[in-house]
Amino acid sequence: MARIIVVTSGKGGVGKTTTSASISTGIAKRGHKTVVIDFDVGLRNLDLIMNCERRVVYDFVNVIQGEATLNQALIRDKRVDTLFILPASQTRGKEALTKEGVEKVINELSQTFDYIICDSPAGIEHGAQMALYFADEAIVVTNPEVSSVRDSDRILGILQSKSRRAEKGQDPVKEHLLVTRYNPARVERGEMLSVADVEEILAIPLLGVIPESQVVLNASNQGLPVILETETDAGQAYDDAVARLVGEEREHRFMTAQKKGFISRMFKGG
Amino acid sequence: MSFLDYFRGKKTNTNTANVAKERLQIIVAHERGHRKQPDYLPALQQELLAVIRKYVDISDDMVQVEIDRTDTCSVLELNVTLPEK
Repeated sequence: MARIIVVTSGKGGVGKTTTSASISTGIAKRGHKTVVIDFDVGLRNLDLIMNCERRVVYDFVNVIQGEATLNQALIRDKRVDTLFILPASQTRGKEALTKEGVEKVINELSQTFDYIICDSPAGIEHGAQMALYFADEAIVVTNPEVSSVRDSDRILGILQSKSRRAEKGQDPVKEHLLVTRYNPARVERGEMLSVADVEEILAIPLLGVIPESQVVLNASNQGLPVILETETDAGQAYDDAVARLVGEEREHRFMTAQKKGFISRMFKGG
Repeated sequence: MSFLDYFRGKKTNTNTANVAKERLQIIVAHERGHRKQPDYLPALQQELLAVIRKYVDISDDMVQVEIDRTDTCSVLELNVTLPEK
């Protein structure tokens, strides 16, 4: 049986797709057979972040509607050979994702994969609900900012009431908090919610903290999951999060500001 | 912080993160309370309001309807504030 993990947030633009790409790449790099599914029908972008946009022939909706087989639609990653991508359809509406259709695809994937990562669209509508419905676990991506935290709390409510596990009265979906775009210097100046604040409000266990970093944009520009930039802070922070997800103990890092020297403070600002 | 600010020192350090945290705690607690309420509650509230209005002139926010659940039963709590004569 595969571990089914949804990457969700409610709010858009907080880093769901970036996180899906890096988490799935990190898990696959550890030797687990992993598939990452883009649920954002009509606005697919996971293919672009993972640099396989020109290799998309068939998509998730084609498989659901029986126009292609799973093997035809799955794209094997060029960098990590245990990683597969199932792209979203760019031309259909979100209604094309029926619960029965998604279930059929997930069941089939569960036979051969160890991990199924579901990259949710923003919002709380049908697409987002389909992405989280079959999940065993959820990574809730949150920016340290009021609207993102509120929307994360909303999506937690939906996980607790509208997921398959909730409807069937099974153990609840296991929730993980991933704080992204974290700027420790601004937190120290009292300008940004701290990780402790976000943890306190959402009251779910912390999986990791990804620092705000120019590296993330540089990586997505090139279609490179940032976790593969192993020398960078954001890449290492994602690697830590993956390690924790697969059961390793790792201490949290990148949560304090690096002290700048006197000269750089004078000229570049604190 | 610019060059001159460095010598002036930090002065207007309003801690907006604290403001954000307090606002979030309030709204999140409020929304969590509503999450557990059944779907028919807003409609029930409107109908009750209409009935009461036949007799007393009250505004929308003067009727509060909530359901409290315990292990064995649910309690429909109705709180109507009547205006002073």
